Amino acid sequence: MKSISKSGKASRDRFNATDLAVLKPFKYNQAGQVQDLQFSHWLAEFSPRSLLIIALLFLLWPGLAMAQSNYSFAQALDALWRWLPFIVTKGFLLNLIVSFLTMFIGTIAGVLLGLGQVSPLRPLARLSWLITQLFRNSPWLVLLFIVMLALPFEIEIGGEIYPIPDWLKAVFGLALPIMANISEIVRGAIVSVPTGQWEAAESLAYSRQQTLWMVILPQCFKRMIPPWMNWYAILTMATPLISLLGVEEIITLSRQAMEAEDNHPELLVPFFGFALIIFFAYCYPIARLTIRLEKRFVVRQ
Amino acid sequence: MTNSDWTPDQPLVSIKDVHKSFGDLEVLKGVTLDVRQGEVICIIGPSGSGKSTLIRCVNALNTIDSGSIKVEGIEVNDPALDKLELRKNVGMVFQQYNLFPHKTALENVMMAPIKVLKQSVEEAEERARVLIKRVNLVGKENSYPGELSGGQQQRVAIARSLAMNPDVMLFDEVTAALDPETVNEVLLAIKDLAQDGMTCILVTHEMGFAREVADHIYFTDRGVIVEHGPPSTFFTEATDPRTQEFLSQIL
Repeated sequence: MKSISKSGKASRDRFNATDLAVLKPFKYNQAGQVQDLQFSHWLAEFSPRSLLIIALLFLLWPGLAMAQSNYSFAQALDALWRWLPFIVTKGFLLNLIVSFLTMFIGTIAGVLLGLGQVSPLRPLARLSWLITQLFRNSPWLVLLFIVMLALPFEIEIGGEIYPIPDWLKAVFGLALPIMANISEIVRGAIVSVPTGQWEAAESLAYSRQQTLWMVILPQCFKRMIPPWMNWYAILTMATPLISLLGVEEIITLSRQAMEAEDNHPELLVPFFGFALIIFFAYCYPIARLTIRLEKRFVVRQ
Repeated sequence: MTNSDWTPDQPLVSIKDVHKSFGDLEVLKGVTLDVRQGEVICIIGPSGSGKSTLIRCVNALNTIDSGSIKVEGIEVNDPALDKLELRKNVGMVFQQYNLFPHKTALENVMMAPIKVLKQSVEEAEERARVLIKRVNLVGKENSYPGELSGGQQQRVAIARSLAMNPDVMLFDEVTAALDPETVNEVLLAIKDLAQDGMTCILVTHEMGFAREVADHIYFTDRGVIVEHGPPSTFFTEATDPRTQEFLSQIL
């Protein structure tokens, strides 16, 4: 993005230097869809009728297994029904709590990191960029392992010993990739504000800080919301990863429930199918809302 | 704030032998001009001649490679320059208006005096209303820029720059993005300013305006000032062939 009308600020020229960039929050692909919201688009495109058909197909398949065993599908569903309150209140709720906390911490850290990326202080900008790229391109599960095994299980503050629960460690672990992706959203939004805004503010004797906080960031806020919601949906879908590290959330509890019901193979589809459905039921409205906000906040250049 | 050596009989803006390159492309190749207090200067020329670059150097939006620009005695081409102080005295209006879209017209005009000059809200609001009246936009104070026409936005932009009480106003092709009907209303606002004694430097293609309002016209081509003169002689007695060719194309 070289243009002669850019003011001679080298720091701003570097904003475009990331090669895995979100240059503008809304980049359009061939199908005319916004590139960064592909997950939300995919999810939201399921019409309610197609969901019904998929659900029916899901139920048909176990019916075939019915004839071949003593344990009927009806019994499996009954088992699911009995375990439902346990799985939802002690399992899924923890997934949601983890998702809220992770998003909260990740957003704050991500905004700070994103602002660091656009800082005129070269070392800070470089370091922020490195951290962002590192955590954006690492597998979430690996980060989870590292964080959860590296963090102590209790810490001592002022003579008192406080245990750190494993789900809290999981929050920190998941907050790292979220922080990196939010950082990219922030950087991309700042860069997408026309340079004319910077020039007008500077011509009015605004300092760089004043320009950023009073002119640029308020304009960025709206355009950051749909990508932010998109990442929340992705994060929520990723929370079952923490079951691999021993946190007792929906998947762990589903397996425990199936264990208690003697591990009949007919239980697999109802229990895991239910987990699928409940996540879908949670994320589907979020995806549709995201797409609706995307249309409302589309940037008119 | 001005340099203590500067007195109003010296030029307000003094540009001496300014060179500016963007990478390998030399855009300004030694430009010299003076602007006295109260004068209206029009800089005309073909695109690429460096006129926008020149005007943007005056308020330090662009840095220059060599030469000197002095605004009220303060050297702009100085690494120790306090840009914020300079820009309190130099107002600029852009071709693309660049209003803050998340604020109303009144807020656009009020913001800088409150945040930069530390005026009180009441004081800034009163002055803003006076300025909006001056550019003939009474009734539009609470409109957002998206609800205003191009000409109206440009006039808000002028009011916004005036709110800082600058000593010199820079206009960078401010009517180039407007349709012909709205060009007039903006030019009227600028003419009004000029008649009140504001020092103005305009980069413009509006020859009629230049002829009527300017005290001095400079013609630039390929980074140098080819010819200059008062409008009474410039348009009719241009001597350089490049000037004559340019004038014949646009008049």
